[in-house]
Amino acid sequence: MSIYDEERQLLEAFISNDRLAIEKIYRENFPSIKAFIIKNSGYHDDAKDIFQEAMIVLFEKAQLESFVLTCQIKTYLFSVCRRLWLKRLHREGRFNYVSETLTETVAVEDEIEDHEKRSADMGLMEKALAKIGEPCKSILEAFYIQKKSMPEIAEQFEYTNADNAKTQKYKCLMRLKKIFFSQYNNGE
Amino acid sequence: MEDNLLLDAIERYRNGEMTPQEKTFFEELRKNNPDIDQLVAEHNFFLGELEKMSEIKMLVHNMNEVESKLVNEGVISASDRNNKAKLVFLWNRYRRTIAVAASIAGIVSLSTATIVSSYSEKKKVEVITPLVNNKLNQFEVKLNQIETKLNDAATVPVIVAEKPKFKADFSATGFLVDGKGYLITNAHVVDNAKNIVVENRKGEQFYAKAVYVNKVTDLAILKVIDSSFRKIQGLPYTFSKAAAELGEHIFTLGYPREEVVYGEGYLSAKSGFYGDTSSYQISISANPGNSGGPVVNKNGEIIGIISSKETNADGVVFAIKSKNIYDALRDVKEDDTIKLPVNNTLKGIDRVQQIKKLEDYVYIVKGN
Repeated sequence: MSIYDEERQLLEAFISNDRLAIEKIYRENFPSIKAFIIKNSGYHDDAKDIFQEAMIVLFEKAQLESFVLTCQIKTYLFSVCRRLWLKRLHREGRFNYVSETLTETVAVEDEIEDHEKRSADMGLMEKALAKIGEPCKSILEAFYIQKKSMPEIAEQFEYTNADNAKTQKYKCLMRLKKIFFSQYNNGE
Repeated sequence: MEDNLLLDAIERYRNGEMTPQEKTFFEELRKNNPDIDQLVAEHNFFLGELEKMSEIKMLVHNMNEVESKLVNEGVISASDRNNKAKLVFLWNRYRRTIAVAASIAGIVSLSTATIVSSYSEKKKVEVITPLVNNKLNQFEVKLNQIETKLNDAATVPVIVAEKPKFKADFSATGFLVDGKGYLITNAHVVDNAKNIVVENRKGEQFYAKAVYVNKVTDLAILKVIDSSFRKIQGLPYTFSKAAAELGEHIFTLGYPREEVVYGEGYLSAKSGFYGDTSSYQISISANPGNSGGPVVNKNGEIIGIISSKETNADGVVFAIKSKNIYDALRDVKEDDTIKLPVNNTLKGIDRVQQIKKLEDYVYIVKGN
């Protein structure tokens, strides 16, 4: 098995949210990225933020059907982290000289732009969820995120039966959609 | 309810839970109804967003677990230490801030010095407020106005009081030290007063004069000179000579308004304003009018007299230590000696009873 096949497998496991795959990538990549960020006036927590964001970029990107892995995961993550960190330094008005190492990087600018747009959309969903209030938020999360069945939800939220819970879930869903789309269409 | 079923169908379609028959029917429906088709597209998009969000939440959750696992294993350390010397790095990072901070520090140290010196010059003038109620409660003023109007309106002349009502410019609190008619209050209360009147809880007023005023200790002793005053027996409290302890619970009665007001608190420092050892600092709510009120401990011993509070801080009140009263009594030049009460009947009874017994001996001190 070539190194690319191995990486591709790892990536597949990663996008299905496999704990072991996440751990492997984290273990192999985080220390060097942390070293880079600390060398460039960051802290451990900055490194963690940046690395996790880069992981999300990879996660989103790898899920696209059009995605083809053209370099090692290591190179990809490092490139994204470097870009994200430079952007943050710039945004905070800290034009520190970034000490460059001879690490190979790839162009990731477009990906980061896509990612920023996507995380803005995701922010809309989170905002909308926060707005619908309880118990709606918990019911919808139980169903759509934790993938619980209707009878389970009925029991958890003390509805007399699954049908009642379903009706409630439907009402909540309609409210969430209304809030979400009104924000979305307002281009918030 | 139809929408409900439709959404349900969309979700099942999306999750691939439909039978082939259902699926064909659903796709057919979609093709023939643009409205439904649009709804399906919309709902699909919405569910996609929801799913993405939930997946990423899950990913972040997993990553955080991994992170703490790796920190536990020592693979990564949560500290910021690295090969590069931390101090150098911090210096690089903050040198501009440090320069600014250093120059600000210079300015601040100059300005604090001036504040301190001006405080000490004006000590007890601006920073602490004597608790005399100069303007008498506005509420009371209103009441008096209404009363006057009512009286004016009445066709039959009403005889209001036997005595002409005393018109006060200030009011504070005082309490009996001897049933013969001696009361103690603050020197700043009666300092510039031409006439002094003391009023008990029933509203009876008696003219009084100051027989002792000491501006240093801020204590004054008043003597009732009104012939209508009858000697009062059995003062329930005693005066403590010993120093009170930090944290001791204390209470007071006073007249910040026309009605007696109870307040409780604790002893917060053994010295007063600027380390003044003749006072305590107590934490209690006090308002103009509380000046001269007794500070009583749980055994019914008077440990002090409320005198002032710090203007800039809430609940910082100063009380003159009761042992100063003994000194004051020694200095009073009177024909008959003042005898402090010796029997304490407040000890061991509950607070409500203590207050009931005490309130007859606490007076409003008014003057003009």
